[in-house]
Amino acid sequence: MRDRVSRRTIFAFIGPSIIALALVGIAPLLYAGWTSLHFFNLTKLRRVKFIGLENYGTVLTDPVFWEAMGRTFFLLASALPIQVALGLGIALVLHRPGLTLLKTLTRLSLVLPMATTYAVVGLLGQVMFNQKFGVVNQLLGGADINWIGDSTNAFIMIIFWDVWQWTPFVALVLLAGLSMVPGEIEEAARLESKSWWVVLRYVQLPFLIPGLVAVLILRTADTLKLFDMVFTLTRGGPGSSTEFISLMIQRVGFRAFDQGLASAQAIILLIITIVLAQIYIRVFYKEV
Amino acid sequence: MAAANRRAPPLFWQIALLLVIMAVCVFPFYWMVTTSLKTQVVALNAPPVWFFEPTLENYREALFEDGVLDTLINSLIIAISTTALALALGVPAAFALARFEFRGKKDLWFWFITNRMVSPIVLALPFFLIAKNLGLLDKHITLILIYLTFNLPIVIWIVTDQFRGVPYDLDEAARLEGASQFTIMTRICLPLAMPGVAVSAIFSFIFSWNELMFGLILTRTDAKTAPAMAVSFMEGYNLPYGKIMATSSLIVIPVLIFALLASKQLVRGLTMGAVK
Repeated sequence: MRDRVSRRTIFAFIGPSIIALALVGIAPLLYAGWTSLHFFNLTKLRRVKFIGLENYGTVLTDPVFWEAMGRTFFLLASALPIQVALGLGIALVLHRPGLTLLKTLTRLSLVLPMATTYAVVGLLGQVMFNQKFGVVNQLLGGADINWIGDSTNAFIMIIFWDVWQWTPFVALVLLAGLSMVPGEIEEAARLESKSWWVVLRYVQLPFLIPGLVAVLILRTADTLKLFDMVFTLTRGGPGSSTEFISLMIQRVGFRAFDQGLASAQAIILLIITIVLAQIYIRVFYKEV
Repeated sequence: MAAANRRAPPLFWQIALLLVIMAVCVFPFYWMVTTSLKTQVVALNAPPVWFFEPTLENYREALFEDGVLDTLINSLIIAISTTALALALGVPAAFALARFEFRGKKDLWFWFITNRMVSPIVLALPFFLIAKNLGLLDKHITLILIYLTFNLPIVIWIVTDQFRGVPYDLDEAARLEGASQFTIMTRICLPLAMPGVAVSAIFSFIFSWNELMFGLILTRTDAKTAPAMAVSFMEGYNLPYGKIMATSSLIVIPVLIFALLASKQLVRGLTMGAVK
């Protein structure tokens, strides 16, 4: 059994982290809470005044906010299935024995997209998807597709980059899951059944579930956070067709200067995130 | 699947598939680097050219005339400092979470982890106003501190897990010899937990180096980070694509080399908690 440790010792170990996270993580939130209850426009700082929950009322009834929220989940719902399907395919290929060198090289190249600066992915998108001198249109046989200036195409382009950057993550997580399947069980199953589908469904899938859950949680959080790549690629445009939730809040706060309203939006986003995280973690995750 | 498909698809198709996967992963970097070696005239050629006379002019201009070198140094200072700070704070906290029993531990762990899920924009708005009022805009320390909001949870998450893997008997033995908890952590557990500490340091460094939004909002000139610099080329009508790609290469390539060297640890960290 573990021996008892005094409160003072515990605090000496964990206190500094709590204080640091409280200062940089909670103090700003309290300040945002205060701001959200005020009319607070950066260009009209003399007219800051308490207006109660008015900002929250505005956000909750604002179609722009809910459209951005819907767009964010639509992105998640369109990119994630592609990432899981491709990722699973890649993991299954890499899991097969043989071709060791080639597979090691493939695994290495899968690390690259994930490590790439998100902002640079956006800048690369600008260059590669340019209508006139972009290489993508050239590779499509000299197509004349307006990627960045068209709402639907811009959205497809965002999905493309999200899939490019995060499919490797899904693939590596699922590959790690596949390697947890005991070798003799997999061998026995392969002797029993010739169909790869049966082996996948009844033997390998149980080992993939934790990985799929982790992917779901992390991709949800990352999509709610998504900012850098879209900001450098489309700035949320054209119109508001790629304005996801974090971009919208940034626009309201720093380009329309309405910090009061943006703070209310941020706090509602925070509540949605915490509720989702609670649900996900309580349902799926083992804790300390 | 047809019954004809016995064990593996024919070798040829496997090889082709692997090559395609590699090409898709690597091609954007190839295009980034080649574009960075083009003059503006060549870069704007429609359709794009694949063979041309390369020039390093974009790099020279970006690094020495536009000040990209300074921003790279800023990014380096900030990423190293915030990583060091996150480790100094997070390792003892992880040790406490792994080794001590106390009330509210689950809630505390949950709070640490939730921090990672929160969109940075939620913190960016108030942090901007606070930094403005305290005169902390455009200072390195501001970014070093705010990056703790995602680095500290990463360190705590990975290192807690690693400490739990260190057998408890070792602690006990040391304890009978009269060692303090601090000595047990630094002398006995930490050396054995080094792989986890290294993984979390790598993540912390890469996340901080790659971050754009806080850099954009909280810095202007003195503490401007490299990604914020790359974005600032995007203003105006005639975009200097070669220079933008040169700056992008300077930002990304060091991280890619770093990631390749540490790829085993990186993959371990990424998939950790995902397979159990």
